[in-house]
Amino acid sequence: MTRFVARRLIGMIAVLFAVSVIVFVVFMVVPKQNPAQTLAGKNATPLLVKSIEEEWGFDESLPVQYATMMKKVFTGELTSYKPRLPVSDRIVEGIPATFSLTIGAAIIWLFFGLLLGYLSAIRAGGWLDRILTGVSIAGISIPVFLLAPVLIYFFTNKLEIFPNGQYVPFGEDPAEWLKHLILPWVTLAVLSIGFYSRVLRSNMLDVMNEDYVRTARAKGLSERQVMTRHVLRNSLIPVITLFGLDFGATIAGTAIITEKIYSIDGIGLYAAEAVAKFELPPIMGVALYGAFFVVLINTIVDIVYAYLDPRVRLGETASS
Amino acid sequence: MSAPLLSVKGLRVGFATEEGVLQAVDGVNFDLWPGEVVAIVGESGSGKSVTAQTIIGLTRANNARIEGSVKLGGEELTSAEDAQMRQLRGERVAMIFQDPMTSFNPVYRLGDQIVEAIRAHRPDTSKKQGRERAVELFEAVGIPDAARRVDDYPHEFSGGMRQRAMIAMALALEPEVLIADEPTTALDVTIQAQILGLIEQLNREHNLATILITHDLGVVAEVADRVLVMYAGKVVEEGTLDEIFYDPQHPYTWGLLGSLTRLDRPRPHRLPQIAGSPPSLLDLPEGCPFRPRCPHEFSKCSQYPGLEARLADSPEHRDRCWLTPEEKREKRMVEGQIGLEAPREVGRT
Repeated sequence: MTRFVARRLIGMIAVLFAVSVIVFVVFMVVPKQNPAQTLAGKNATPLLVKSIEEEWGFDESLPVQYATMMKKVFTGELTSYKPRLPVSDRIVEGIPATFSLTIGAAIIWLFFGLLLGYLSAIRAGGWLDRILTGVSIAGISIPVFLLAPVLIYFFTNKLEIFPNGQYVPFGEDPAEWLKHLILPWVTLAVLSIGFYSRVLRSNMLDVMNEDYVRTARAKGLSERQVMTRHVLRNSLIPVITLFGLDFGATIAGTAIITEKIYSIDGIGLYAAEAVAKFELPPIMGVALYGAFFVVLINTIVDIVYAYLDPRVRLGETASS
Repeated sequence: MSAPLLSVKGLRVGFATEEGVLQAVDGVNFDLWPGEVVAIVGESGSGKSVTAQTIIGLTRANNARIEGSVKLGGEELTSAEDAQMRQLRGERVAMIFQDPMTSFNPVYRLGDQIVEAIRAHRPDTSKKQGRERAVELFEAVGIPDAARRVDDYPHEFSGGMRQRAMIAMALALEPEVLIADEPTTALDVTIQAQILGLIEQLNREHNLATILITHDLGVVAEVADRVLVMYAGKVVEEGTLDEIFYDPQHPYTWGLLGSLTRLDRPRPHRLPQIAGSPPSLLDLPEGCPFRPRCPHEFSKCSQYPGLEARLADSPEHRDRCWLTPEEKREKRMVEGQIGLEAPREVGRT
């Protein structure tokens, strides 16, 4: 276990380093314009551009610029260009919103995805399976930018059950926090519910043909015991891997459309703004934040995986 | 002796497929008495495994049609409720399978899987009692260091040890009937003998009635009392072990016997085999289904003979071949041993 954690830590450092270099290089290699020029404005004098270059260090060599930037990342001094605000503050401000959105949605999609997939699998070929298959495919097919306005139209404008977006911090008013988040959660979860139910269903149908399922029946277990203890249990293993990747990516700020439509001021929105303004410091900050959580969550998934499948042993070679 | 423990009468199992009904088992009859080992022998697709699985209701499916009768201690099983079948599985009839590598769930400890089998039928058994019983069973089937190894996972066991564990699980509730479906096929030859020895020993100790499904007559010779030879869903010959081995009546049985390789005989130039392959059950030839592969085929073979006793002095020895006993005695000798001649023409009609 210690060896596993140590190896993962080293791996995480390597990933973060690689991400930072790639982001930096891409930003520097794809310049549509000198950033100093952009900052100085359209009619700036060369003198102004020059002074901005010196101020931000754009005239230094690339390795030096990279080193300076990394130093700022670690000391928390990284600031966006315009307006000049600390990147870390903005990420820390965005985290509660993004976490609230993502964790809530993940619980919903995991629960309903597995429920629908399980019901579909144990009734494979029957009418319930067909209905659930249709529902799943519909969920996968509806794009978020269509689903969200439809939900807002019905639940906010017509029925007036839920408010239209915005994020209310949990600490301020838990009830309002919940009310404001339900539509975004559903919006973000629908695609994954459909996807997970399809994946679980097909895993379960595969596992049902395994010899050990026949053994379970031969020893006289009830059909429900066979399905839950043997079929479902073994079908969950690949789903957990998928969940780790999806959840990690969403925490990292990929729920941009949902955050935008519901005006949730989270990481995704910040990343989108930064990219639109082509500002390296916030892009770097968000990228590193994202990479950190993706690696962290996948490490947790690996630990869960080893628990679910005893053939996987953490940080050890085949010897036992 | 009053009635047999298990009695199979006119068992037919068909599966509806897109190309028509696949008659996997077509009229199988046999009785099984306590302490007896009946072997069902045949190639893949002969219906031997389907017969065995039908006995404990594992072939029940929407597309399956099961006819005939299976009686366990006088109780009809083919028409029994699913819940009733479930109670009897493991408790009265236990089954072990071909591949011990895949027949245990890889994510649970072996001991826990045995405890699960016990608690499925005796819910009031505590986990501790169940575990003690598992250790006891592991010892009974010769797994060393049983108390520690019940906590191992299946992948920590070798193939032979896993099959021992499988047998231990099957014996957990002291069943009356043990069905062993190709129990040694996936094992090394040296391990095969050990497992067969174990089955035989348990069979004697517990007066267990055993159905042994196999394609290997070598395995049959070790343990069986009676033998059923199946081909294309039907029994083509049945008799005692000695009758089948020393006076086989059906050319298919000759072929199976002839393809046994033996160390005590001169090494053949080529390993003997039965030419061709079993017919498709969806497209059986007219008459005897073995006809296309049989070098002794003649005009009468276009009709399929019934399973009848054709030898005056052994009424329990039945077969489905039109040849007279004299002809059979002559034709089955190939190079001084029982075997099947090379066919006159290879292929199917």
